[in-house]
Amino acid sequence: MSDIADAPPLTIDQAIANLQQTDDPGLRYYAAWWIGRFRVNHPDAIAALLAALEDEQDRSPDGGYPLRRNAARALGKLDSSLAVPALLKCLDSSDYYVREAAAQSLEMLGDPAAVPGLLNLLAGGVEAAIAVPDKPHLVQPYNAIIEALGTLGDWPLVPEIIPFLDHDQPQVRNAAARALYQLTGKPEYAERLVEVLYCPDLQLRRSALMDLGAVGYGPAAGAIARTLAENSMKLIALKGVLERQLCPDDFEGRLEDYAKRFDPLSLSAPAIETMALMDSLL
Amino acid sequence: AAVAALAALKDERAAEMLIQTLGYNNPGAAVAAVDGLIKLGSPVVPLLLAQLDSDNYGARAWALRALAGIGDPRGLTLLLKTATDDFALSVRRAATRGLGIIQWEALEPKAQQAAQAEVKTALLQVVRDPEWVVRYAGIVAVQGLAMAVDDHSTIAAIEDCLQERIAADEVLAVRARAQWAVQQ
Repeated sequence: MSDIADAPPLTIDQAIANLQQTDDPGLRYYAAWWIGRFRVNHPDAIAALLAALEDEQDRSPDGGYPLRRNAARALGKLDSSLAVPALLKCLDSSDYYVREAAAQSLEMLGDPAAVPGLLNLLAGGVEAAIAVPDKPHLVQPYNAIIEALGTLGDWPLVPEIIPFLDHDQPQVRNAAARALYQLTGKPEYAERLVEVLYCPDLQLRRSALMDLGAVGYGPAAGAIARTLAENSMKLIALKGVLERQLCPDDFEGRLEDYAKRFDPLSLSAPAIETMALMDSLL
Repeated sequence: AAVAALAALKDERAAEMLIQTLGYNNPGAAVAAVDGLIKLGSPVVPLLLAQLDSDNYGARAWALRALAGIGDPRGLTLLLKTATDDFALSVRRAATRGLGIIQWEALEPKAQQAAQAEVKTALLQVVRDPEWVVRYAGIVAVQGLAMAVDDHSTIAAIEDCLQERIAADEVLAVRARAQWAVQQ
């Protein structure tokens, strides 16, 4: 049962052709999503997605660019360095959701060259990070930007992000805590996320679970197992913790490279404790 | 909280009410009810099996979790089918876990051997599930089976399958769990 088997009957060639044509915006929009979902890493697919980032045809009633949003999301899932400059350009889009998708995709592509462009969007600091009147969002996609900076950046970003720990929105505070932990390795930041696991809002507890799993903060394992949320999400978070415990702290490479160095006899006591917690949640 | 109080009674008369709770589409209450039913154990198995005939997918999934947690061999046929066939990965995961904690002593020796062979076949398939968490549960369950049987060929087949996971699984957490199973 592969991903492809679950897909609607669209072939790779058909999806690329649908993305290249401009007569039917609906087909084009769906093809952009499909190509990302099934990671069609083909030069023609990438070229067509880059072209879609310039689309002027597909507009939402509020002036947004739905096709560009999907294309920007898809490019984060494909392995192409060509996408980075195009996504950086998207960070200046008038469409909030295009900027958000671009920031998330730049994080996934892992190129530190995106840092200055992302940092520009934090201009004005936390004082400028206010809601847009009549919209359900802030002036910038702060969560996505801060998370991307945490993944791609280095310690000089710390003073830029610290003020966001005091933002009014708990999601922004979580993103800042996660990024600061990634940038500094200081437990005090990860502990802020652990505190969120005890808050009354399920949505926030889930997001803290995902953040702690993404950074693999080992001391949180017990709190993750006990928090009130679905076992499925706790298991994903504990998988992140376990994989960090199995990898040396400085390991930045891909799992395939790690496999060559994997010493199957080197299970540490904390890794075994995490697995015991996972067993209890199955 | 009422459900938790009911579960704490550990009273078989509470079982019917706990089972009803499984159909209410309230995950918090269902988790508490499943815990309560697992504590009540084997006596609630016939009630659970009746519930598993219902049309309510959510209720069936929760009842199956309770059945998996109890480990009563009367649930075996259903656990086998669910672990390998259900479309929801969290339900396959729970059924798989159940296959690792079957109370084998409740079966006659002859029935025990036949059932263990079936469980082995199913689990060797489950450890290749497309979802990592189901494979992880499959490893926990084959470990449970290996500890329960004394048939050398079954134990050897489980060893082989664990070694294959250690060497080849694409998810590091699954490899590590297979390694831990071998060590135990």
